[in-house]
Amino acid sequence: MAGAPQSKTSTGVFSAGSQKSFNAQLKKVYTWYTGGFIFFIIALAILEQFGLPRNWIGYIFLIATVGLYAGIGIMSRTSDAAEYYVAGRRVPALFNGMATGADWMSAASFIGMAGTLYLTGYGGLAFILGWTGGYVLVALFLAPYLRKFGQFTIPDFLGARYGGNIPRFVGIVAAILCSFTYVVAQIYGVGLITTRLTGVPFELGIFLGLGGILVCSFLGGMRAVTWTQVAQYIILIIAYLIPVIWLSIKHTGIPVPQLVYGKVLEKVSAREQQLINDPKEKEVRDIFKKRSDDAKARIAALPGSLDAEKARLTKEVEDLKAASAPEDRVRAAQSALDKVPKSADEAKAAWTKDVPLAARSGPPLRHAEAFPGKDEKARDVSRRNFLALVFCLMVGTAALPHILMRYYTTPSVKEARDSVFWSLFFIFLLYFTAPALAVLVKFDVYTLLVGTEFAKLPQWVASWQRVDPSLLSIIDVNRDGIVQLAEIAIGGDIVVLATPEIGGLPYVVSGLVAAGGLAAALSTADGLLLTIANALSHDLYYKMLDPNASTARRVTISKVLLLVVALVAAYTAAQKPADILFLVSAAFSFAAAAFFPALVLGIFWKRANKWGATLGMISGLGITFWYMITTQVWMREVIFGTPRSVPVSLWWDIQPISAATFGVPLGFLVIIVVSLLTPSPDRQTQELVEHVRYPSLAGDTLRTEGT
Amino acid sequence: MQLTAKHQEYWNRNLRITGILLFIWFVVTFVVGWYARELSFDFFGWPFAFWMGAQGALVVYVVIIWYYARYMNKLDREYDVHEGDE
Repeated sequence: MAGAPQSKTSTGVFSAGSQKSFNAQLKKVYTWYTGGFIFFIIALAILEQFGLPRNWIGYIFLIATVGLYAGIGIMSRTSDAAEYYVAGRRVPALFNGMATGADWMSAASFIGMAGTLYLTGYGGLAFILGWTGGYVLVALFLAPYLRKFGQFTIPDFLGARYGGNIPRFVGIVAAILCSFTYVVAQIYGVGLITTRLTGVPFELGIFLGLGGILVCSFLGGMRAVTWTQVAQYIILIIAYLIPVIWLSIKHTGIPVPQLVYGKVLEKVSAREQQLINDPKEKEVRDIFKKRSDDAKARIAALPGSLDAEKARLTKEVEDLKAASAPEDRVRAAQSALDKVPKSADEAKAAWTKDVPLAARSGPPLRHAEAFPGKDEKARDVSRRNFLALVFCLMVGTAALPHILMRYYTTPSVKEARDSVFWSLFFIFLLYFTAPALAVLVKFDVYTLLVGTEFAKLPQWVASWQRVDPSLLSIIDVNRDGIVQLAEIAIGGDIVVLATPEIGGLPYVVSGLVAAGGLAAALSTADGLLLTIANALSHDLYYKMLDPNASTARRVTISKVLLLVVALVAAYTAAQKPADILFLVSAAFSFAAAAFFPALVLGIFWKRANKWGATLGMISGLGITFWYMITTQVWMREVIFGTPRSVPVSLWWDIQPISAATFGVPLGFLVIIVVSLLTPSPDRQTQELVEHVRYPSLAGDTLRTEGT
Repeated sequence: MQLTAKHQEYWNRNLRITGILLFIWFVVTFVVGWYARELSFDFFGWPFAFWMGAQGALVVYVVIIWYYARYMNKLDREYDVHEGDE
């Protein structure tokens, strides 16, 4: 069944005779596609000059790209199991690399990454290191061996290697847990971008985007997802690089930002020093400190403080009137008086909002400084958390089922190895650029925006302030008419979204960037939904409940489940769950603790057995989950009802985001100890291990699928 | 089926190269990360540790994977455990 490299139901350009001519044909198709896409952008840019309205550009981008993905989905529709689950196992290394790149890079990478770097400086590099370095582990420990094993899913491997349904079942639960957590974040991103691109309401945006995801994965499974992801990768990388290159030309005169932004970073560092000592900056920071302290004091003194506040403002209005102050100042004072809270509860709610202003009273962070902290101990904690986060993200990368599954689709072990190289290469193009983008935007803000008069703010500031004040808001706190850095409140996402406007590019590039973000979110959501549906239909239904189910029946069940899972995920995303970045990182910690030890030991240690693996996975995942729900304040509130103000006790000061720091070592330990205490696996299992270790083995009795 | 001494040797060489590359991965990630504050000398405008985290380590990762694929694909042929040509 799965062995046949060609399926009877193949149609369209994504099927061909020999592997070689298939490869050549793919190259031709995607070269034309890239050329066509660039032509499309140029045509839109010309139309813009002739007065095509902005929201039309947004609609055209949305319809054209989603329509394109749907078209590829329809062209690659299939009901053959090998095509549906692993794209017929003939995806060449280069194209699998691009597909993995798109599968991998989510809305968080595309939109969030540069923003995180902008806001946190060196600390944000944990994401850059973690999300690339994990591929070294994929290449060295997993991809070639899983390809040789050659089934359909990750629980398949656990089931075959550790014998029986219990390890498979634990694998199914873990795969669903981490993929679902992750997919909710992606669909949320899809809703956000669709809203921004076209102005439709958030909930509608979610379901529009969902349509794009479903047409693709529903009709053609892995096959459609693969070829769509290649197309999405091309769009997203073009969209990411164009504005950064432009900005680099603007500030350095050289179009290779990655190589030259060191000089810009030097200037940014010098400017930071200036701003830290600038008296005007200090003045604004002190105002924030005072507001926060005042709010705290007033809350503590309720209800008396409410009357005092009312009296103070009434007096201010009267004084201003008596002194015949300018009209606008009187009006401002009057409106402040009108807004005074009516009751003590209202006052508490209103004033509590001012308490976090204390966060803005600190000096700006030094971008290039590693592990800032007020003393040696704080710096040490910061270093420990940085490395723990890098560790969790890396191991999580090497254990996320939707990524590992992609290496089942290559034609051979050799191609699987090459394919990991291409995957990281294509991911590297974006990740290598993000730190440069963050520094270039910072330079722009610190030198061009800070110090301008409020009357002369650039156009992009006004338009973004209007669109979403949580992304950008500049208020003249000390009323000197000049922008101070401390007066700028900036949300990370704006760094990527506003770069085209900061660089003075036409609106069509802004549309392109939004389309790129949409491609990133859709491609990741596609891969994740497919993983969940396959875990349920292939592993749970076919392998555990009804082993006699026909191929057609399994594929149909998978399609139905896909629809159900997608709707549940969209419903969850529409509730706007708190803390998206935390959800994404949690998915990595879950995957790392559940899968990595069991998969690696399964290949490298013949002695690892069923009970070791089962208990190891349960305990690794268990402790990660436990640590997270007891130390993350909002999760603790939801699950145990503990108020947020109760202090948490961390282990070695490790933040909940890096919970797998404990889960992974425990997983390894439990597998080793329990395996040694229980009998070794049987001869057949040991032969399976030998089978996956050698790309081809003379006299091997086990079948290799798909080669 | 019985593995020959040659097969064992292939696997040992695989483990050796895996170990060496993993060690390099560990050094550029965690050793450089641990000493980031100490390694902040100027490197073409970047503090060295910052450059390693933002660019250098990424280049090393790509090279590690490229080299491993090349080495193993050759080793497959040398020990005659490669797959049929397509």
